[in-house]
Amino acid sequence: MKLLTGNDLASGAVTWWTGNGWSIHVEDAVDVGESGDAILHAEEGARRVNAPYIIEAISTPEGPRPAHIKDRVRALGPTVRPDLTLKPADPDVGAWVI
Amino acid sequence: MVEHHAAEGEEPAVTLDAFLDQSNATAVRLEPDDDARALIPYLDRLALIEIAFPKFRDGRGYSSARILREAGYTGELRAQGDVLVDQIAFMKRCGFDSFSPEAPLNQADVEAALSRYDHVYQGAADAAVPVWKLRHG
Amino acid sequence: MYKYDNYDQAIVDARVEEFRDQVKRRLAGEITEDQFKPLRLMNGLYLQLHAYMLRVAIPYGTLDSRQMRMLAHIARKYDRDYGHFTTRQNIQYNWIKLEECADLLAELASVEMHAIQTSGNCIRNISSDQYAGAAADEVADPRPWAELLRQWSTFHPEFSYLPRKFKIAVIAADEDRAAMRLHDIGIQLVNRDGKLGAAFYVGGGMGRTPMIAPLIKDYVPIEDFLSYTEACLRVYNRYGRRDNIYKARIKILVHEIGADEYRSQVEEEFAHVKTLGIDPPAAELERIAAYFAPPPFESGLSDDVDRSDPDFAVWLDQNVKPHKQAGYAIVNISLKPIGGIPGDASSAQIDVMADLAEKYSFDELRVTHAQNIVLPHVAKRDLYAVWQALNAAELANANLDLISDIIACPGLDYCSLANARSIPIAQKIAKRFADPARQRDLGELKLKISGCINACGHHHAGHIGILGVDRKGVENYQLTLGGSGAEDVSIGKITGPGFDEDGIVDAVERATDKYKELREPGERFVDTYRRVGMEPFKEAIYG
Repeated sequence: MKLLTGNDLASGAVTWWTGNGWSIHVEDAVDVGESGDAILHAEEGARRVNAPYIIEAISTPEGPRPAHIKDRVRALGPTVRPDLTLKPADPDVGAWVI
Repeated sequence: MVEHHAAEGEEPAVTLDAFLDQSNATAVRLEPDDDARALIPYLDRLALIEIAFPKFRDGRGYSSARILREAGYTGELRAQGDVLVDQIAFMKRCGFDSFSPEAPLNQADVEAALSRYDHVYQGAADAAVPVWKLRHG
Repeated sequence: MYKYDNYDQAIVDARVEEFRDQVKRRLAGEITEDQFKPLRLMNGLYLQLHAYMLRVAIPYGTLDSRQMRMLAHIARKYDRDYGHFTTRQNIQYNWIKLEECADLLAELASVEMHAIQTSGNCIRNISSDQYAGAAADEVADPRPWAELLRQWSTFHPEFSYLPRKFKIAVIAADEDRAAMRLHDIGIQLVNRDGKLGAAFYVGGGMGRTPMIAPLIKDYVPIEDFLSYTEACLRVYNRYGRRDNIYKARIKILVHEIGADEYRSQVEEEFAHVKTLGIDPPAAELERIAAYFAPPPFESGLSDDVDRSDPDFAVWLDQNVKPHKQAGYAIVNISLKPIGGIPGDASSAQIDVMADLAEKYSFDELRVTHAQNIVLPHVAKRDLYAVWQALNAAELANANLDLISDIIACPGLDYCSLANARSIPIAQKIAKRFADPARQRDLGELKLKISGCINACGHHHAGHIGILGVDRKGVENYQLTLGGSGAEDVSIGKITGPGFDEDGIVDAVERATDKYKELREPGERFVDTYRRVGMEPFKEAIYG
């Protein structure tokens, strides 16, 4: 699947296209299929996202899992500071990223 | 530091190579990789030197401008191309007195940029007195 | 240390307002990200893996307790309660919001701090020797000249759109504690016939193509210092490559045209620049130098230290260095706890260090390029109290220059340029070698880890270096041996095929075991490697 991701312009937070808006949770991300570029340009032009790009991901029971480790780090947070990730209470956070 | 707007019948600036081949042009255009010092023997014949900034990140034009002013050039020195308001103050300090941006600049923004800093740390091609001189007279 | 006058303060304040205006224009869509990016980079603001990252300048690594407390306050108010000290003596915050950044910068400006030119294709933070003003071997305190360079380079109108970033280091001793030869310009202050001058090394750097800066001029009279630097920069701005960002540093220019040709172009430009009158008068240097006069040391203090506490004695022997003034010492604070994140400090720890500096070190601290902190002027009678306070704050690891004193870039956990995580590797290695006696037996061993080829972890300059790469989507780690950033400067050599994240720890251990097997009395790891060469180590590592 293809996900559209970027950062929130004002806050810098990593965001994922949900189909009708942006979420900081990768689980909310949808497959943009072939229309990713069009959405990207529209959203970037309207400043609803900054520095957007499209990535590959696989669909899993827990939600989309970005194909590249760099985007998994973006999705969750630094593996070396689990307390600063989006899932501080989850002991398997690191394993999902790596 | 004024924005230049092309006027009718204005003589186009010739390239450096063309200028060095023929000596009666009064306006020359320098590309980033042209050697500004090639013009030093001819400065008193030139009314305009236009320095190209095809990409604002390419800062060679700043050195070209200062070199020309340091060599005594007193004609118009114009920055042309990818000129953004955030470069205007640096350009003025390097000796530019006009600019011809590809994308129009907001006049109020230009004035704000030029009056943002009351003080400068280093001497350049403009008349601004560096702070160390103000400190010691 | 230097204190701003009205002019310095006005410049920093104007910069904050300029940046505030640039942010406003970006948020309103008046400028695109492409146009805004170089502007925010020139103010040290990156868009990184998790959020915006801000790199705050700590000029030549020197700051006081008031500034240190502000750094702690910034961490609490604008970030996630910690900061990361870097290999260029700066501090980074990883979770900054663009919409708050101007306010953050205004708070920094209130204590004479800024983020000017900590990124972008301009002249960056001037780095220096962390023992400046305290070490006996310097010919002069290099920092007045670092301050002169800071002012000269700030908003330099000709050099703000260079081909690439530009890093300058200034030292004043033969012992190079600032990796001077691996900078774009490295300056060593020297004496000749009793007159101060500067030796210029130009064209060093790490990154993809590490190079040691050749000597370009062995003596520039000190009054020509800035003119000569200006000439060096102008030649670079005019002739540095602009076609390929991986070939745009000055080291490539010097390498491609040759040091002799570069020197001769600089000499020609210098002869011209000298006529422009850009060098400040001696009075300005004296004004600045007055801020770096030695603090009011007490005389007649004892050099004796009570070593009866064995933990204190270990720390004393490893982390405390001699001071030029009798009765005083230089204290190194390790930001490398075993299993911790190299160079990180919590806001609470930063406050502890601020308090210690104010109380025990004439209100001064230094940041080192090895990502540690220095209290430069501690009376020996106060060392025990300092150690106790550091110990309580988990800042007393007695591992200066030992294998667990690792330099590591933030790596893939933080950095969008990275190919691999570097911090977990540092943590694993530190844990493998946690035994303090084992570390002391191995002795001085500078291990440096970079998460990508940009080499912000300075791995090329490691006695042992580790480079993280992406091998078909999987993190892989290459091992290098024999680098050094000190005066015995050398570039490390790769051992062979890379390893996974557990394999690299084993490989490092096999290399250190081989060292212990082959070493002769007095030899450090790097000395043994230089004597016997790569082969014995390669055999031990790959079997």
